[in-house]
Amino acid sequence: MNTRGLRSQLKDSVPVTGLCPQAGSYGVQDSLRRGFSSVKNELLPSHPLELSEKNFQLNQDKMNFNTLRNIQGLHAPLKLQMEYRAARQIQRLPFLPSSNLALDTLRGSDDSIGFEDILNDPVQSELMGDPHIMTEYKLGVL
Amino acid sequence: TEEQCWGTWGKNIKCVCFYRNALLEADINKLGFSSPAARKTGTTICGVVYKDGVVLGADTRATEGMVVADKNCSKIHYISPNIYCCGAGTAADTEMTTQIISSNLELHSLSTGRLPRVTTANRMLKQMLFRYQGYIGAALVLGGVDCNGPHLYSIYPHGSTDKLPYVTMGSGSLAAMAVFEDRYRPNMEEEEAKRLVRDAIAAGIFNDLGSGSNIDLCVITKGKVDYLRPHDMANKKGVRTGSYRYKHGTTGVLTKAVTPLNLEVVEESVQTMDTS
Repeated sequence: MNTRGLRSQLKDSVPVTGLCPQAGSYGVQDSLRRGFSSVKNELLPSHPLELSEKNFQLNQDKMNFNTLRNIQGLHAPLKLQMEYRAARQIQRLPFLPSSNLALDTLRGSDDSIGFEDILNDPVQSELMGDPHIMTEYKLGVL
Repeated sequence: TEEQCWGTWGKNIKCVCFYRNALLEADINKLGFSSPAARKTGTTICGVVYKDGVVLGADTRATEGMVVADKNCSKIHYISPNIYCCGAGTAADTEMTTQIISSNLELHSLSTGRLPRVTTANRMLKQMLFRYQGYIGAALVLGGVDCNGPHLYSIYPHGSTDKLPYVTMGSGSLAAMAVFEDRYRPNMEEEEAKRLVRDAIAAGIFNDLGSGSNIDLCVITKGKVDYLRPHDMANKKGVRTGSYRYKHGTTGVLTKAVTPLNLEVVEESVQTMDTS
């Protein structure tokens, strides 16, 4: 798979920010939250499938909405996207893993299993953020 | 190597594992080590459609480079009660892929309320393998019987599929295909079909280094599955004919001196384990 062809996607989907892409809140590299960094990793994808997998759900949704618009008219994808937005807002507190049940049901992914359910399942994560800090960050108080 | 970590790309979490592996791979040769080889199933798998259903066959050797890793591994995987799948290529890939598709097919069949169709399994597999552009090294022979009769598909790692009356995959596929091309007829009887598949796998076992050990067969008909493991032990390990152990009394005893050690118990203490 040609990674050079995917570089054009970099502008649209992967935000290439300034000099320090791994910057946390203080402009310094945030190894704790974002992992180790290297200039090469930030500019080019480290695996030929990185970009295609990062955007997979997005692209699937776009394709489905387009087909739906062509078949049923503009109202169908608009209504669905409104419902998606509403369902996406149903979340638990920031430090707890959310089930996203409503969103999954809408998407139809509640009756299918993929790698994201087996590997790196957030429910089985061994780490948890500090509850106070995370809620403060979410509310913008921090 | 084929060490790949399928982190959750879709949720924008970097998979640190993959970067570490890539870094190690680059530096490890400088240190004089070689990264471990993925365990592959250099294999012979095949399938044939006969009068009442489908016969799937596979050998049972798993290799890790030039060494046999498993002398009796099972390459015919369960997908659903009426569908089975043989897998060649990277052992982990075939195992996990067939398990994921089996789970998805079970959920799908619960949702529709019907027995799953072979073509559904085929479509799920090919869409997943195409999504990963051949990085999942799984070459599969999918066979089963559903409401529309017996079906047999071969699925390649990049996601292309073929629907045929007889298929072979794996490193021994050419040897097996030679047997099929010679003796296949449409609408065979069950015994003839089993013999044909057994001979095709045997051709792969004896003519390909990547295949070996026993022959497993799976006969799928409407409402019944015969999982014959092993159907034929073509390579039984030999039995030693002679014994090199020395008989008692071979070495003569010249002198014998016995010294008893008189020990007495001084103190006895019991410490209980915390088994709560």
